[in-house]
Amino acid sequence: MKDELVQISEWQWEMPKHGPMRVPAWLFADRGLLLNMDAKVFEQLHNVACLPGIVRAAVAMPDAHWGYGFPIGGVAAFDAETGGIISVGGVGYDISCGVRCITTDLARQEITKWLPMLMEDLFSTIPAGVGSEGKIRLTPEKLDEVLVGGARWAVEKGYGSWDDLERIEEHGCMPNADPSCVSALAKDRQYRQVGTLGSGNHYLEIQYVDEIYCEETANAFGLTKDCVVISIHCGSRALGHQIGTDYIQILGKAAKKYGIPIRERELVCAPILSPEGERYFKAMACGVNCALANRQVLGHLVKAVFLRHFPSASLNLIYDVSHNTCKVETHEVNGVQKRLYVHRKGATRALAPGRPELPEEYRAVGQPVFIGGTMGTCSYILVGTTKGEELAWGSACHGAGRAMSRNAALKRWKGRDVVASLASKGIIVKAVSWQGAAEEAPGAYKDVTAVVNAAHNAGLVKKVAKVLPMACLKG
Amino acid sequence: MKKFELFEHGADIGVRGFGKTMNQAFENAALAMFSIEVLDIEDLVATCFWQLSCESYDQEALLTAWLNTLISYADLYRVVFCSFDVTIADCTLTARVGGVPLNELHGEKGVEVKGATFTELYVSQRDDAWIAQCVVDV
Repeated sequence: MKDELVQISEWQWEMPKHGPMRVPAWLFADRGLLLNMDAKVFEQLHNVACLPGIVRAAVAMPDAHWGYGFPIGGVAAFDAETGGIISVGGVGYDISCGVRCITTDLARQEITKWLPMLMEDLFSTIPAGVGSEGKIRLTPEKLDEVLVGGARWAVEKGYGSWDDLERIEEHGCMPNADPSCVSALAKDRQYRQVGTLGSGNHYLEIQYVDEIYCEETANAFGLTKDCVVISIHCGSRALGHQIGTDYIQILGKAAKKYGIPIRERELVCAPILSPEGERYFKAMACGVNCALANRQVLGHLVKAVFLRHFPSASLNLIYDVSHNTCKVETHEVNGVQKRLYVHRKGATRALAPGRPELPEEYRAVGQPVFIGGTMGTCSYILVGTTKGEELAWGSACHGAGRAMSRNAALKRWKGRDVVASLASKGIIVKAVSWQGAAEEAPGAYKDVTAVVNAAHNAGLVKKVAKVLPMACLKG
Repeated sequence: MKKFELFEHGADIGVRGFGKTMNQAFENAALAMFSIEVLDIEDLVATCFWQLSCESYDQEALLTAWLNTLISYADLYRVVFCSFDVTIADCTLTARVGGVPLNELHGEKGVEVKGATFTELYVSQRDDAWIAQCVVDV
């Protein structure tokens, strides 16, 4: 399918509509990234373009790779009024996995000396890794409150401040969440997991601003050269995964019932306006709220640790973005404002300036976007653009994307060596698992700068700042 | 015949169980999955046991259901499973499974498996061996 692509610009490629495709597929990447994308990305993007009710195009971000139904880095919008569907594969298993970025008024030079102690404290405070439990214990009723309230629930319980909510997608609480659509098993698995980091590619990283590309937007985000920022990457933990697992079965049956051809098991879906589709949307909203609550609690715990070491420091949330979601948004289609169900699987929402969803202080500049690199390389802070809305429903990539499988990384590196190598470069890594550290070795990922430049040059987002790692906590 | 192996996947990890019977291949796929979480899984001796069951619409989907059921139980009871006695009839699986509580583990831990997926899902007999495999999300 790679051979069928037509080059639209230096940064955009099109798979023209053919056969069962209802719309074309668009890929945003430079030639090098495109050539390195595995064949499954094109097959999965083609399959997404065949789904009922899809609008304009099936879209892949520069970090796209083989996913579950949708490619990771896949974006698609569906119109309920024209039979549009909602898909488990379009959201993913770790519902609302995302990044929260906190800025500080500390300069990197101020904390370097204290970093080892700070990391020890964070390591003992933030639950991470296999079987980790949070300090919060919930009853079934209390967990339902989390699923409905999201980060708002966490603030009500004393985790963070009310001001934080304005700087979280959905103002910290996705509407339409209905815990009755979530299985008892999903809830049972989550009682002890609120306020935990998890493992795999999830992390807590202390970084500093190395370079600023747009002073005006950096000012709006509270970023200055050399200032310390904290990034937290995690999601909805077991609950999100169980919702995905449960609804794969439910929507699998629904797809048959409504006569929707399914080209890959994880692309199962149901019409948005069907009972099954509506229930999945409400369950997924619970997953989103669970993730938002989780990151709100973690953000509060991190802040408390920082304040123990730097009592006069000021820490402020820049923004909290989600990667694996389906959200109802209004976008212009052929000059008409349409209410669409925008699926972003491994892609970041990146709304343009002027969007009403944004907090007032960011409305003039656009939505903050965080694209993580690795524990040894840079990450980027970017902002949404008007062009990005025209091209990809206001979406951007979400990370570097793996260049090497976890098995290959394990064969190539030992966790202890990875941590020692990073230490020799002044980067402290605290890892719960040596295996995890090896799997997440910087060399196992693609060049994040190439991915970010492709997104920037395509006009999906605009670069604001580059940050470099000082320390990383891995599950 | 080796019991299991892990195989390549771009972002996650593939688990493959082998066996003389489909039951055994499912048991060893489970062992493969928990070897991602606990590196010395084959050295563990189960100290607590459960009886569980699951069902699905075909034998491949049953593998995903089986592995996801184990992940759920492991989460709920805070154990790592290391022994499995599986019986499959049509698309229903029953099993007696044994594990070790997480707080009693002393060996090196790996990474958490979040769920079993339908990717690279394959259950079949080749020559005299059964293979049961899929990608798990970590």
